[in-house]
Amino acid sequence: MCGIVGLLLKNPALRDRLGALMVPMLVGMTERGPDSAGLAVYTSPVGDERHKLSLYSGANAVEWSQVLQGIAEAFAGDETHDLTPLGNHAVLTSTADPVRLAAWIARHQPDVAVLSVGRSIDLYKDVGAPADIAARYRFETLQGSHLVGHTRMATESAVTPAHAHPFTAGRDFCLVHNGSLSNPHLVRKHLEPLGIEFETDNDTEAACRFFEWRLREGDDLETAVRHGFRELDGFYTFLMGTDRELLIVRDAFACKPAVVAETDDYVAIASEFRSLAHLPDIGAAALFEPKPEEIYSWRI
Amino acid sequence: MANLRPLVIAREFDLARDTLRELNSFLHRRAAVEGVSQIHVKNPDGAHSIACGLNADLDVQIHGHVGYYVAGMNQHASVTVHGNAGPGAAENMMSGRVHVTGFASTAAGASAHGGLLVIDGDASLRCGISLKGADIVVGGGVGSFSAFMAQAGRIVICGDAEDALGDSLYEAVIYVRGKVRSLGADARFEAMTDTDRAAVKSLLAAAGFDHDPAQFQRVASAKSLYHWHADADQEY
Repeated sequence: MCGIVGLLLKNPALRDRLGALMVPMLVGMTERGPDSAGLAVYTSPVGDERHKLSLYSGANAVEWSQVLQGIAEAFAGDETHDLTPLGNHAVLTSTADPVRLAAWIARHQPDVAVLSVGRSIDLYKDVGAPADIAARYRFETLQGSHLVGHTRMATESAVTPAHAHPFTAGRDFCLVHNGSLSNPHLVRKHLEPLGIEFETDNDTEAACRFFEWRLREGDDLETAVRHGFRELDGFYTFLMGTDRELLIVRDAFACKPAVVAETDDYVAIASEFRSLAHLPDIGAAALFEPKPEEIYSWRI
Repeated sequence: MANLRPLVIAREFDLARDTLRELNSFLHRRAAVEGVSQIHVKNPDGAHSIACGLNADLDVQIHGHVGYYVAGMNQHASVTVHGNAGPGAAENMMSGRVHVTGFASTAAGASAHGGLLVIDGDASLRCGISLKGADIVVGGGVGSFSAFMAQAGRIVICGDAEDALGDSLYEAVIYVRGKVRSLGADARFEAMTDTDRAAVKSLLAAAGFDHDPAQFQRVASAKSLYHWHADADQEY
């Protein structure tokens, strides 16, 4: 069992309250996922050819100033770098090529994991109770246009930060999952010969990398999901984010729950209504459950 | 002549203030003792297991949306949800009446033995799965695999049905007014008799709907799965 939450603000005036509106949604899903939680939040994109990398050091003692110094020395010249640390998490903004940056971090800062790469996405995930994680990373202060969140109750792989959701692949793409896939190893066997590398043995990572591969092959997100209907076997409610879009889809048996509430101001998604009950004007929202194998998406 | 109507003593619970346990404990242990016959529940906000396991002639009015298993295992009580219900509404109901004015999520009325479940809106997948004798009336449509392995009881569907309606049915009977996307294994359409039309008429009346029973089709078991066929193709 797991909990998923998603929120897309149609009304830009609400964007400075994105985190505050979301925290009760995430904490409301604690009973469905008490062991880990995570969040991808999409902010205004960084400009000037820059990218953002969300970095995470877990329980390792990392001096973020030394990480920044090392990057500045390795990527000298015209490149500019900025690092915003918060405990064991930091957001690196840089003009350097993000693929080379991530490779340098993997080689020279083995205690630091790169959680996401993109121009809009910031990613947080850790083990522990959702309320603790929300407080740890000050989720209530987050601003942005939309987000994808998850609370995890592990069923098929270990409880570690790397196994927590959201999973990311490529740039500005993330996915959370309630359910379990029965053929993740087959999916992985199809993708690895294409040069796609995996970081964990988690079933959700297989789905995430499959969809991101389809996007790179030229699919739009909806077409990628339709390819997934044939490739992915198992139970799922998937919630996905890109820099412009939020998408939800449930498997043909709709074994895992989801409720959508839509008003003129927002689209809010959760595994259960109890995570939506606090939202403003919820009494006037259009409420529905996504139908099996129907694709629902919203753009900012 | 004196007014013979029994006195209704009402009590209100507000789940923004009172705990779910206080509510359910009152419904189980105190309501009948204190002579309270009508209970209003405010701010249910999607909580699970509201009014589960009741065993008395109570009128429970829930004002808002509820989560999993509302009115599960109900006996005797009448429970009305003025809103939507999460998965497993009225599951394993034994008697009484459960009414959802909005939509109901998956497995509404699962395994219910008796009583009447009324859903004004749509019911999701697996409505009436393994039904064991209760009646279900759905004002809207039902999702796929509804009435799967239903053993006894009646399901009236005023709207459409998705895939595999009545798969592996036993003795339960389905009456459907709209389109059926597909029937499940061993389910078949059968001719409506006067007895069927009378049953639909009385169930619609009990549920507060006004459709013409002549608009309904009967779906029941062809009973070809009742016995093992050694010669049948056993490849799965």
